[in-house]
Amino acid sequence: MAIIEPVINIPVILQTLPSDWPGNFWGHWVLFSLVTIIVVILMVMGFIYIARREIGRMQSRVGPNRTGPFGLLQAVADVLKVLLKEGITPAAVDKPIYWLAPIVTLVPVFVVFAVMPFTNGGMLANLNIGVLYVVAISSITTVGMFMAGWGSSNKYSLISAMRVIASVVSYEFPVLISIASVILIAGSLSLNDIVIAQDIPFILLQPLGFLVFFIAGLAEISRAPFDLLEADQEIVAGFHLEYSGIKFALFYLVEYGEAFLLSCLISTIFLAGWRGPILPEWLWFIIKALIVWFVMVWLWATLPRVRIDQMMALAWKFLLPLAVINLVVTAIEVLSLSEDMLWIMIPINFAMTAVLILFWSKKFFRLGWGRVEV
Amino acid sequence: MKFERYGLGIAKGLSVTLGYFFRRPSVTQYPDQRLHVSRRTRGQEMVWDREKCTGCCTCAKSCPQGVIEIVTSTNLKNNKYEVEKYQVDTGYCIQCGLCVESCPYEALFFSTNYECAKYRRSELIQNKEDMMLESGNKQRSAYFYPELEADLPRQTLLIERITEED
Repeated sequence: MAIIEPVINIPVILQTLPSDWPGNFWGHWVLFSLVTIIVVILMVMGFIYIARREIGRMQSRVGPNRTGPFGLLQAVADVLKVLLKEGITPAAVDKPIYWLAPIVTLVPVFVVFAVMPFTNGGMLANLNIGVLYVVAISSITTVGMFMAGWGSSNKYSLISAMRVIASVVSYEFPVLISIASVILIAGSLSLNDIVIAQDIPFILLQPLGFLVFFIAGLAEISRAPFDLLEADQEIVAGFHLEYSGIKFALFYLVEYGEAFLLSCLISTIFLAGWRGPILPEWLWFIIKALIVWFVMVWLWATLPRVRIDQMMALAWKFLLPLAVINLVVTAIEVLSLSEDMLWIMIPINFAMTAVLILFWSKKFFRLGWGRVEV
Repeated sequence: MKFERYGLGIAKGLSVTLGYFFRRPSVTQYPDQRLHVSRRTRGQEMVWDREKCTGCCTCAKSCPQGVIEIVTSTNLKNNKYEVEKYQVDTGYCIQCGLCVESCPYEALFFSTNYECAKYRRSELIQNKEDMMLESGNKQRSAYFYPELEADLPRQTLLIERITEED
């Protein structure tokens, strides 16, 4: 497959070079920056292809199959078409903000991948605060989206931008707390160390944390069923309604770049990242990211969009308390169990997940409590 | 205790979409594969029988859009009208079928063709050479003429077989 070809070369390049070669700071920086950017762009194109083909098949269609073999070049064709289009700037926009928004949105998505371990240590920078870095930087994207919504001077864009802010602010808490319970077990904030710590994948040790992280992550990158920011039936296309040409292409890239980011995060934190038998490490990483993306598109093709009040209620009344309980239980377990006894957590945590979800759905989770009827 | 609220409903939905994922797509890949249309379709072209037409202009009079234009001349030797110009502007045609139904000599038919997109409006105007039955790939629709049905291919639906283009 053409998509993953450049990735193949990373270990080869590293092996052929002298062992201390990336010790040169700038050489290391240039190599890994280039590789990361190329991998992200290629994977985004692959993700677009997978999403369109999969959704097509799930709707009893075929999907794009005209451009290139099996339609693999559809994303390239789309990019070329969009680049050739005229970039229209509406008269009433707030020009500096309008022009800056795509860049502010795009840059963090690429920057975050600096700490993503594609292989064991195969990353731009092995930060010891990797998770914190990811969470902090990826939130800047939201600012760019709000700039786009505000600068467009369009009411639909503004509503969409407000929804982005609301969803990200609400869902940041469950995401952080579910990651925190993983960090308790791993004992490190570095993403590479988290992978190294996963002798048992954390999806087994932390089933509830995985569910909360997955749902909240979907909401945070605004994928279906939480794609309220571009609910086409209500607010046309969301915050990038007034954008065209290359600026629109950048937003499209951000949308799928974030999806790739979430897939990578989930496979790193919960699915043991690059670890796996036989196949090379980077391939295991890509395969796991693609599986996560498959499930996300599957949900996209299946579930209807939730209302904004349902979305807020889910974050504050369901995910947040469950994540907090999960954190407390995990802390107790980590304190009381020794390192090699961690497998005991598996039955306990699965039972806790089932009981908590049943209990919470039955007793505590009600839509509209405290809502003012208008 | 019903489990619909605890994720079973979502699981059911997911299983349905996964079932469709592994099923064969039901759509026809149009330019490569195409279906037979109904035998009594009102196609976007007209088929005109030169032998039967007497140039009586009934079709032109019945046309609500007034898109049929006929010019005839008198042929005294054979004691009949000669149709000099028979022209239909299919761009304005609404496929109402009144011309076909009104023809007293059964000389006018719809065709079964539906691929009539053109680059210019002027190309949509059909003259009598285009419309003649003898002019090649014209196929008369059985609209208003049920006796033509036997010669036409049966309609293929999406649920039935798909006709591959050779």
